[in-house]
Amino acid sequence: MLTRNMKITCGAFLLAVFAMFMQPALMPAANASEAAATASSVASAPAAMPAPAASAAAAPATAAAPAAHAVTYPPAPKLTAADYPTIPGVNSRVAVWLVAQLHLWFGAFVVAVPMFVFIIEAIGMATRDERYDNMAYEFIKVSITAYSLTAILGGLLSFCLILFYPDLFKYMALIFKGSMWAYALLFFAESAVLYIYYYGWHWLQGGNKKWVHLTLGLLLNAVGCLLMFLANAWTTFMMSPAAVDAAGVFNGDTWAAIHNFLWNPINIHRVVANVAYGGSIVGAYAAFKFLSAQKKEERAHYDWMGYNANFIAIAALLPLPFAGYYLTAELYAYSQQMGITLMGGVFAWIFIIQAVLIGALFLSANYYLWCGMGRSEGAYRYNPRIKYIAIVLVVAFLVWFTPHTLVLTNSELKDLGGPYHKYLGVLGIMPAKNTAVNYLLVFTFLSFMFYRRANKVATVSWAAAGNAAQIALFTAGLINITILGVYHGYFTNTVYKVAASIPQVLTTLVIIIVSTIIDAFMYKGAKDVAPLHWGRMPPRSQYALFLLAVSFTWLMGLMGYVRSGIRQHWHISNIFRDGSPDAFTPGLGYVANIVSIGTIMFMAMVIFVFWLSTISGKHVVAKGYWKEQQA
Amino acid sequence: MTNFLKVAFFSLLVISGFWGFSNFGIPQIKPADPPVEEKVDLGAMTMDQFIALGKKNFDGKGTCTLCHNALGRAPMLDKIGAVAAERMKDARYKGAAKTVEEYLMESLVKPSAFVVAGFGKSGTNDTESPMPDVTGGSIGFNEAETKAVIAYLQDSSGSEVTVEIPKMAPPPAEGAAKAEEAPLKTAEEVIARHGCGGCHKIAGQTGEMGPDLTRIGATRNKEYLRQAILDPDAVIAKGFTAGMMPKIYGEQMKAKELEMLVNYMAGSKK
Repeated sequence: MLTRNMKITCGAFLLAVFAMFMQPALMPAANASEAAATASSVASAPAAMPAPAASAAAAPATAAAPAAHAVTYPPAPKLTAADYPTIPGVNSRVAVWLVAQLHLWFGAFVVAVPMFVFIIEAIGMATRDERYDNMAYEFIKVSITAYSLTAILGGLLSFCLILFYPDLFKYMALIFKGSMWAYALLFFAESAVLYIYYYGWHWLQGGNKKWVHLTLGLLLNAVGCLLMFLANAWTTFMMSPAAVDAAGVFNGDTWAAIHNFLWNPINIHRVVANVAYGGSIVGAYAAFKFLSAQKKEERAHYDWMGYNANFIAIAALLPLPFAGYYLTAELYAYSQQMGITLMGGVFAWIFIIQAVLIGALFLSANYYLWCGMGRSEGAYRYNPRIKYIAIVLVVAFLVWFTPHTLVLTNSELKDLGGPYHKYLGVLGIMPAKNTAVNYLLVFTFLSFMFYRRANKVATVSWAAAGNAAQIALFTAGLINITILGVYHGYFTNTVYKVAASIPQVLTTLVIIIVSTIIDAFMYKGAKDVAPLHWGRMPPRSQYALFLLAVSFTWLMGLMGYVRSGIRQHWHISNIFRDGSPDAFTPGLGYVANIVSIGTIMFMAMVIFVFWLSTISGKHVVAKGYWKEQQA
Repeated sequence: MTNFLKVAFFSLLVISGFWGFSNFGIPQIKPADPPVEEKVDLGAMTMDQFIALGKKNFDGKGTCTLCHNALGRAPMLDKIGAVAAERMKDARYKGAAKTVEEYLMESLVKPSAFVVAGFGKSGTNDTESPMPDVTGGSIGFNEAETKAVIAYLQDSSGSEVTVEIPKMAPPPAEGAAKAEEAPLKTAEEVIARHGCGGCHKIAGQTGEMGPDLTRIGATRNKEYLRQAILDPDAVIAKGFTAGMMPKIYGEQMKAKELEMLVNYMAGSKK
């Protein structure tokens, strides 16, 4: 197993390294259009100026960038369709799109799993409950095979880029060669730490050895995050290039390119989203194993595992809209034109699809929690309240789902009869949507609180006062969220319409944090109402976990397209134009086709990984096959 | 195996749901193709045509209406001619313009010279504009396009149009000139070369100065269309005035190009 993983990983890694470092050397010095671009750059400089100086003249900041002294970077090439290699029968953009997205799905999963595995292992150590340790081990076991697939897809992506977009790759590799080298070394480190962490799990048990193992988990996460941050820098540079002039001449150092405007917002968004996504995928794993389980104990184990996976997904899902909001706000700050194109232009309808997907995520996560209340008879007392939560969730989802101004052209404006829909326009604006999202979050949290309390009765003397305080907190918080949304949405001008979002978010966070603290103290030493029957879950509840995983995968594919597509006909925003025949922005139906194909491929591979983990534990005794050995 | 099939079927069902909603539940809008720089014959252009070119760029390539619209994302420009003079006297004005035309040029290439209160970048106290320089980045107006937008803004805000139509660039080198003279191969190339879309709706372009030609073949025959190109004032379409269309195309177009264009328009029936 170890040898196989090492071989696959090293093979893929070597492919990627070869691709990264040999490509600039093997590439012809200049193709026709690149030569034309260089000639044009030279021509635009004073006649007596030699060619290298022409580039420098186009980059006034060069003198201020020490690292740029040694290297003269070329301007971004001006490409034509002839500069893009083609293979008959292969659509290069679709090929790169699918491979990149598959790499990202698996990458997100393998970066996320060690994060919550580390936490679960630490909880196991703190509580000395071995079930946590076993669950953490099973989670990391699933991610091991996915790690190999991530590496293979990463290598394939590098090859696809070199094959189909050689000039873009060359331009990026020149700027990021330093970080690509660091990426290569970190990949080795990640592989080494991961394999020691996984294969040493049962070896490093007890006492100081367990601490060593936990430290390895921390190291694994640190390296994994660094890897992701470096890769994020390449993609965000393409959105918000830094240290380049209008001609695309790079005049900074590697750090300047990495630390571009959208780097940190994407980093934060991806870390949070990855954890939620990782939780949903291991939830699907647990669901698959639950459905396949033959024994009661197995069902109980995988039910517990599914519950924890769903908890991880929800816990990360709650702050995710805020991370997304921060990313979008920063995108607006970077380029208002880009921001408006994203939210009010050709991409705006995507956010209606996104609303459907996130609605599916919240509804499936809540449904799973409600089903989970059937594990104990004590939960029945909360059942009558569930329908009200369901109604609020559906209404909030419908508000979020309501489109507002999606005007692309003047003729569309005329068709709509103005910028707002006659009846639904008031629900389509951002303050209404922000209010709806906060309601979704608060009521999902309420579902979770009901679930946690379902089987317990508080024994502290101040339980009644605690409950009253929580009811007051929820009521005041929801009123505050509503008033903020209504006031900023309908009584201020456009510039201040989104001003409600921050206090609304803070209100939601206060409700969640304060309620959790009150609950923690109130239910300390609480009595169990009835035994908790792990495994007593209807099979349909497990499909809710699958719905969560599939919706998340589809959503990531769609939003991955948005992030990349917002550059429209630019490889690198505003400095390096896409001259290929595929430079057009596709319609949403086309996007949905590609994302669906990608999701089917990914889910097929994931179910394959689940199946591998199932057969790896089987040991068939082939009686009579092997020669009897003499004692 | 049964569970595997059930799970696979359920996953496919969910994916189909999202796919179906994206394809059939929302309007399918085809985003505009990447912008291409159109070749226009500035030498033959009247000021009305130049203003029309400005409007076209304001609505299209410049994406100005994304922000300068009734939603309040950026200041409205319907009175820009009148307010420009006041802004140049404002204490917060940091530019060097002396005339409305110079102010507009400055606003397009150095938008932070004056930022209307409430429309600055967040946290800059209205000292920095979120608007990009229209001659760079994703807009990339050339000199003629920028001046055409200024002409349009002056005209639409009711002030005097002071912009002069830029002179044509000097003729290209001999080799390039030969390439330029090579006969065009498609009607779309003819339309692009002669800037028909600056005034007419034709071949995906949205000019409004002249008649809509997207279905002209349904009501007009080839003889009529040929005459309309060679002698535009011979018959004037209802609602339009004589003298708007240049009478230069008989000299500029090759016979083969003229016929391609006539055939293209005659075939435009739907």
